[in-house]
Amino acid sequence: MTTLDPVTFSILTGRLEQIADEMDATLYRSAFNPIIAEARDACHGLYHAETGATLVQGAKGLPIFVGAMAFAVKAVIDKVAEHGGAEEGDTFIFNDPYAGGTHLNDFRLVRPLMRQGKIFAWLASVGHWLDIGGNVPGGYNPQATESFQEGVLIPPVKLFRKGVLQQDIVDILQANTRVPRSNWGDLNGQLNALDLGERRFHALIDDYGDAVVTAALDAASKRAEALMRQEITALPDGVYSFEDYLDNDGIVDERLTISLDLTIAGDAMTLDFSRSSPPCKGPVNIARSTAVACCYVALKHMFTGVPANAGVLNPITFNIPGTTFLGVTAPRPVAGYTETILRMIGVIFGALAKADPARATAAPFGTINALSIAGHRANGERWVMFSFFGGGLGGNPQSDGLNHANNPISTATIPPAEVIEASYPVMFTQWALRPDSAGAGEHRGGLGAIYEIEVLSPGGADVSLLGERGRFAPFGVNGGTSAALNRFRWQSEEGWQEPPMASKITGVKLKQGQCLRLETPGGGGWGDPAERTPDAISRDEAQGFVAMASAAERDDSKGMQTRLSTSTDHPAGFPSLRSGRE
Amino acid sequence: MSKFSTIVGVDVGGTFTDLAFFDEATRQFSTAKVPSNRGDEAVGFIEGLKSLGPLASLGSIVHGTTVGTNALLERKGARIGIITTPGFRDALEMRRRDRPNTWGLWGDFTPIATREFRLEVPERTLADGTIRQAVDVDAVRSACLELLAKGAEALAIVFINSYANPANERAAYDAAKAIWPNPHIAHSAQILPEFREFERTSTVALNAYLQPVVASYLGKLEQGLKAEAFPGAFHIVQSNGGIMSTALARKFPVRTALSGPAAGVIAAAAIAKAAGYPDIITADLGGTSFDVSVVANGEAALAAQTTIDFGLVVRTPMIEITTIGAGGGSIAHVDASGFLAVGPESAGSRPGPVAYAQGSMRPTLTDANIVLGRINADKPIGGKLKRLDVEAARQAILDQIGQPLGLSAEAAAEAIIRVANAKMAGAIRLVSVERGYDPAKFTAVPFGGGGALHVGALLAEVGLKSALVPRYPGITSALGCIIADARHDQVSTLNLMLDGLDGAALSSRMAVAGREAHAVVEGSGLTVERIDVLYQLDMHYQGQTHTVAVPLAVQSVGDVSERSVRAAFELAYAKAFSRLLPGIPVRIVNLRTAAVGRRPAFDMAALAPGSSANIGKAFVGRRNVWFDGGWHDAGIWDRLALPVGAVVKGPAILEQGDATTVLDPGLAAGVDRFGNLIVERI
Repeated sequence: MTTLDPVTFSILTGRLEQIADEMDATLYRSAFNPIIAEARDACHGLYHAETGATLVQGAKGLPIFVGAMAFAVKAVIDKVAEHGGAEEGDTFIFNDPYAGGTHLNDFRLVRPLMRQGKIFAWLASVGHWLDIGGNVPGGYNPQATESFQEGVLIPPVKLFRKGVLQQDIVDILQANTRVPRSNWGDLNGQLNALDLGERRFHALIDDYGDAVVTAALDAASKRAEALMRQEITALPDGVYSFEDYLDNDGIVDERLTISLDLTIAGDAMTLDFSRSSPPCKGPVNIARSTAVACCYVALKHMFTGVPANAGVLNPITFNIPGTTFLGVTAPRPVAGYTETILRMIGVIFGALAKADPARATAAPFGTINALSIAGHRANGERWVMFSFFGGGLGGNPQSDGLNHANNPISTATIPPAEVIEASYPVMFTQWALRPDSAGAGEHRGGLGAIYEIEVLSPGGADVSLLGERGRFAPFGVNGGTSAALNRFRWQSEEGWQEPPMASKITGVKLKQGQCLRLETPGGGGWGDPAERTPDAISRDEAQGFVAMASAAERDDSKGMQTRLSTSTDHPAGFPSLRSGRE
Repeated sequence: MSKFSTIVGVDVGGTFTDLAFFDEATRQFSTAKVPSNRGDEAVGFIEGLKSLGPLASLGSIVHGTTVGTNALLERKGARIGIITTPGFRDALEMRRRDRPNTWGLWGDFTPIATREFRLEVPERTLADGTIRQAVDVDAVRSACLELLAKGAEALAIVFINSYANPANERAAYDAAKAIWPNPHIAHSAQILPEFREFERTSTVALNAYLQPVVASYLGKLEQGLKAEAFPGAFHIVQSNGGIMSTALARKFPVRTALSGPAAGVIAAAAIAKAAGYPDIITADLGGTSFDVSVVANGEAALAAQTTIDFGLVVRTPMIEITTIGAGGGSIAHVDASGFLAVGPESAGSRPGPVAYAQGSMRPTLTDANIVLGRINADKPIGGKLKRLDVEAARQAILDQIGQPLGLSAEAAAEAIIRVANAKMAGAIRLVSVERGYDPAKFTAVPFGGGGALHVGALLAEVGLKSALVPRYPGITSALGCIIADARHDQVSTLNLMLDGLDGAALSSRMAVAGREAHAVVEGSGLTVERIDVLYQLDMHYQGQTHTVAVPLAVQSVGDVSERSVRAAFELAYAKAFSRLLPGIPVRIVNLRTAAVGRRPAFDMAALAPGSSANIGKAFVGRRNVWFDGGWHDAGIWDRLALPVGAVVKGPAILEQGDATTVLDPGLAAGVDRFGNLIVERI
């Protein structure tokens, strides 16, 4: 056993993280699709040779992947164990969401880091590819009932054998997507990142020696565990329960419940989700690995000082049985996994708010609103605009929630409207904050947004949306109120339409000149609204963040600059959409 | 020659105003340092100049300023109004839907123009430049009046897709200008005709935010100069490392955001190049941060954009400076798991390190350097404190670092320095190894007060070839003001496919842009030997959103063709990534044009030690300094008294008024003909 002095440990920790960061940056810069390049829907790291546990992860990697990657690497380790070892120069590829995946769009590349003929650790890269077949361009099919309708599933297979690219595999991948060029570009970007990581890790291990680096990795895991136990110990022992709901699964219009019993006992925590709804027909199921990964994300947001590696999970016991929609197996559809894990994260925040009111954080907006608009250009070429949209974060002890932010599961930035308009025949008539969308409180939630898009292409466009929070609003804490609901509408000959399943719809046809309008939730409020300072209230009023819509109804001539393009045929008014859940 | 034969560089920092004076006729060089007058920097500025002699006999003054930077960081700019396209009033506040931290959902954002100061007027331009709705100029006028009534002091007009066709924006600008009561007004295509509405809005808004502040500051300076009968030219250093007229600085104050640091990099590059080291990495260790910048082949790298603070994005070319939170004031601590960390929390200069005896009990990197004898406790840098409290620093390190880790005070201090060195080495690796540069070919150039304390470790950790410590590390930015070329950058979005590129059309666009940029430099009133025009294309494979910078080495713009551009792109892409992607169409996104007015070369020999320098006189004595786990008997030298050709071997400490150079055992420093210390392994 090599002894490791604290100074070398501190230095090595920084150097290892820097390599993972550099892998992230390489893929962001060379990726083709904006979901990786702009939205950073990707992650890289170094994983344990035998267990696949996360050893080192890039600081900018998509948070949800930080938790999920360990399961993905384990899937490759199992495959290798069954089918004869991995060799120098091998690289595995797969997207199986039930074996450590998330959903089919997320392609994982896993490569052994070989030292003296033995696997020292695994390098892995994951990135969200734009399209992998299935019924709906972009993969977010809100009406899928089996994963076969969501796209092609690739189990762990060797993309490279001893350094030789297996063109057959590439051909299969290319034949099963609407955007082969984009996927090929992203695949190369991920390979760029792995190549770089392999070079850098080898150089570092050459510098310090295999034994010292192994000892540092081991110490990092123990350190993460110790810090996590310390955080848990600081919470009062007890059982804290919380629940929240999904609108429906897109197929059956019934709410789905996520129930959590969170137990603190000394330095250990149990997250028991066993009282949650059973597996559902539509695509909001998740695999157990995804559920565990999202618990990790929630805890990391609450305990920000704990480093990102698998040691964090050692003090935690999970109860996520297969009898719930949070622990399903193939072929239950999972494309809408983001909505489920966002709600799970909110539920963990809610339970922890009870355990530790001083650090309570209200619910963030809680839906990604995966919107696809597709059509054909005059020359027959197909175009698919696909994006996720922002909303407000929850009020917190420090301040109001942030207006128009990304979701806790990602660090995604939104592409600029000008980049979207330059790429697709659409025009934004609104790209605005949404007044009255935040929960009230001493610290109110952040505001959601209004995106209104007009179709410019003469052939019209097909639209689909997979969203949530259309029926159950983001909750407030410590006396703060709930935020506004998510709302989606589109124009037709008969006026504005809304989806029967709230925020999930596919097959909407828009003609040239018609608009769709997405209004996203804000965050929940923190603390009693009566405690809000007069100063903060008057600031909100001066800026039109509250009571804007009702003022508009009273007097349409005043201060309505923001709504110049808001057509008069919108459903009258903006009634209070708050759904109290206290 | 008589009237314009003297030039003064002035760098106004937070604590001191540094001046570098050069008389071209007599080749005499001198420096001055006076306290800055926070809040009214003009006072320190004029006082400093007067200390060099009567202003009436000065030829020209070049100024590196932090007035813009400070106004941004402290949020002390003007009250601004924004007029924009219907539906986009909130673009500035919505940002790119990001959040301050990856982990943790707290933190909020207040835009520099709150919502009631952002108004919409009827107009719309499409992405292809089509005007869908002409701008309603009456609405523009009423919006102006509304903003003025609310107290707006500056105005930014930003319309969606104005990069593709600025006609609506220009019409609105003309209408607004006719009634706006001051010159603080701009439209976005004037400043940044590049797509991405948030970045453009943020840049233009920040420009407006700074206009009144910078204009008032420059007004005060010019008034002061006039009162002292200064007859010459007065110029400002931009973030891109070039200088510009004060008229342009008033129009584009956002280009001064990194004025002072950029001047430092320019000086370091020029000093090193003259000494025969064209490939360097500058290392500036301040109180709270460590700034590094790479200069390859004599050219500083430029970044297209920087983030001043969460949500405050400035997109104008600026010298790429990478900053990490490791400075002399960085606090060392051992966390609950026994992990030793240095920074990012900093004690700054107030309360500062424990040894400053200003009330802080938390040990810093500077304390570690003091405890190990590397910094002379009897002669603190800057001259404000009389002496440093070594014992208090030792005790704090022993209690807070030594005890938990089971180390002596000295071993704990060395541990702090090693961890800090590793962070600095990481920053250097970030700009060298990670950009494909081989550190073994690079020389570190530490400047500022603290960089030279850590120079040996940086050589060892990153494998740099050598280090060059400029003769006056503490006034490098002021020197940069004297040396910097005149420069003007501009950008325009093209969105052209490379396949079937009309080379002649691109050539003529380049020629127009080149002429415009050339005219700006020519009109700046600076003495230049010649003006070079440089072109660069931002390009990518269709589908990518990020671009690679493709420099076009064109003698005449007529040489541009599909073939030559493709070759240049593939070269640049292959350098950045391991795989080219044949068969995928390539797109030209932006054209970047720079005009550089080359100033007469500054003769570095003016900095060299005089004939009175003598190695015998330079030797001050010996003291115990801790290296590699034990005390060493180290020679102490008066650095400025060392003559050309002198060689000092480590362990040694070389002291001067504004910096300390530490020579670890195994290193030697020679004085070159310009008075620089060249540090190498023996």
